[in-house]
Amino acid sequence: MDSTRRSELRRRLQDATAVQLAALTVLLIGVVIVSTGMGFLNIPAAEVVKIIWNKFTGDPGLIGGMNEIFPVVVMDVRLPRILTAALVGGGLAMSGVVFQGILLNPLADPYTLGVSAGAAFGASLAILLNLGAFGLYSVPLFAFVGAAATLAAVIYLSSGGGGLSAGNLILSGIIVAAILSAGISFLKYVADEQVAVIIFWLMGSFASRTWADVALSAVCVTAGLTVFLYYARELNLMSLGSQMASSLGVDTRRVTLVLLTAASLVAAVCVSVSGIIGFVGLLVPHSMRLLAGPDNRRLLPVSLLAGAVLLLGADTLIRAVLPAEIPIGVLTALIGGPFFCFVFRRQQSARRIW
Amino acid sequence: MTTAFELEHLAFAFAAKRVIDDVTLPLEQGRFHGLVGPNGCGKTTLVDLLCRYRVPQGGAIRCNGMALGSYSKKRLAREIALVPQNFYINFPFTVRDVVMMGRYPYLPRFGGPSRRDAEIVATVMEEADVADMAHRFITELSGGERQRVVFARALAQDTPVLILDEATSNLDIGHVMRLLALAAQRVRREGKTVVGVFQDINQAAAWCDHLIFMSRGKIAAHGKAREVLTSATLRSVFGVDAKVYRDDYADALQVVFRNEGAEGSSGRRGAGNA
Repeated sequence: MDSTRRSELRRRLQDATAVQLAALTVLLIGVVIVSTGMGFLNIPAAEVVKIIWNKFTGDPGLIGGMNEIFPVVVMDVRLPRILTAALVGGGLAMSGVVFQGILLNPLADPYTLGVSAGAAFGASLAILLNLGAFGLYSVPLFAFVGAAATLAAVIYLSSGGGGLSAGNLILSGIIVAAILSAGISFLKYVADEQVAVIIFWLMGSFASRTWADVALSAVCVTAGLTVFLYYARELNLMSLGSQMASSLGVDTRRVTLVLLTAASLVAAVCVSVSGIIGFVGLLVPHSMRLLAGPDNRRLLPVSLLAGAVLLLGADTLIRAVLPAEIPIGVLTALIGGPFFCFVFRRQQSARRIW
Repeated sequence: MTTAFELEHLAFAFAAKRVIDDVTLPLEQGRFHGLVGPNGCGKTTLVDLLCRYRVPQGGAIRCNGMALGSYSKKRLAREIALVPQNFYINFPFTVRDVVMMGRYPYLPRFGGPSRRDAEIVATVMEEADVADMAHRFITELSGGERQRVVFARALAQDTPVLILDEATSNLDIGHVMRLLALAAQRVRREGKTVVGVFQDINQAAAWCDHLIFMSRGKIAAHGKAREVLTSATLRSVFGVDAKVYRDDYADALQVVFRNEGAEGSSGRRGAGNA
């Protein structure tokens, strides 16, 4: 009886998608504004809104009489970092949804196929070879190429015989990631004084992001969301297993390939922009499934917004609240890990696998 | 009599093991076909080939006279529905959501289900006795309840051909009878074709007009149940001693087995052997 009532409650909650999306959007905008005001220099929220509004309308009256450093701090320093953090959080969360759906595994995340190890290897190589001298973007570019190459290797490895089954993909990912992490250890070993730079990059950071980072992440998150939503119904059917999805008319091979590639590229861009930030792509889809239900057409946008709020919140904590800036990847793992253990344990006792 | 499927010199192998070995077989439309045979004889692989989940390495399958490969994925899903042998799902969709997935081949990409879709889903859920759990999560159901949901989902697909791969293996006898009656009813009243894989010979005998015996990737016998279901066939396919008789209560052929070693040991296994 109790369990039926709980189920009923949960179902009602899940049906209120519009309300959830609206609430999360308002929350995200609120967090962006509050967070922009926070920092070494405290800027009241009203001023933040005026500055941003001034950018849209060009009305000089809005920022007249304000401390003239405020617009510079907001527009050039804080907003790029804040928006990048939000976009990366959203991107990781929604690509986590896709990975969990394709791999039929609620414990998968964007890094399950070794995308992060590939990016880390690429970035370490770029740092070691001092390619930073050839332009600001060589490290992210190498990270991206490393991630994409890893994905290609994993797909190649798992496409023989049965072909792109969830089990094959996960195993291939583990193998490739293991090889790459040995490669990274080797690079660190020979890196001498650059080893600190490598380690720092690997732990992730949103410090000194630019509008170019914002644009890049925005383009790729938007493109990713479009592809994901286009195939969202097929992704739902894939959760019945590939045989059943296939008998329902889903081209499982194509859908798997397209979605995996798109989700990995979104994750790769996120990693190359920010370094390796764990647990967002695992935790957000997992906990949002409780809120929005398993239907990917709802789960994707809800996770996108929740991921944005979460990572932006974490980055703000680091930037403006904690006395010293610690790497964001460390913070998400320190908070996310135990929280995940808690959720996992509780669900086990409720006798549900997911 | 038109054929739903024609299989010609069909061949399929996993690595060096021939699982389907030169199978030629017509499957007539409007019949309940029963596919029986020992474990590993290729029944499930044959089912996989029929729904194009696997592609034959030799030979051809025609569905309604057209090569199976020439159907688009969605078109095929409007021809053939499958209730698979194993099914598990990790995500908490509601029972109704899962049954509604059976309507996917008919839905436009961005359109929701129509009233007709909703009606069909409501009807089959009633028929398969899952209507009262419409809003429960599929992850919280027992194996047998899940199998009924998957059965309802295949009925919702509303196809001329329904393939049951041991679709009732986890069900209590009440639901076995209920679901197989639903399938049989679609054969009798609507002229649909059902191909069912069975472990239980007596169930196959009770429900199927036609029986197909498979053994080591080949068709050992096929035809009307009363013609092919004999002690000799059972002996050669399963290596068991059995008596086939007409049972008036079941109104069908039934099979009883004798407690004798299949290996041909002469003495009865009994207390004395312990």
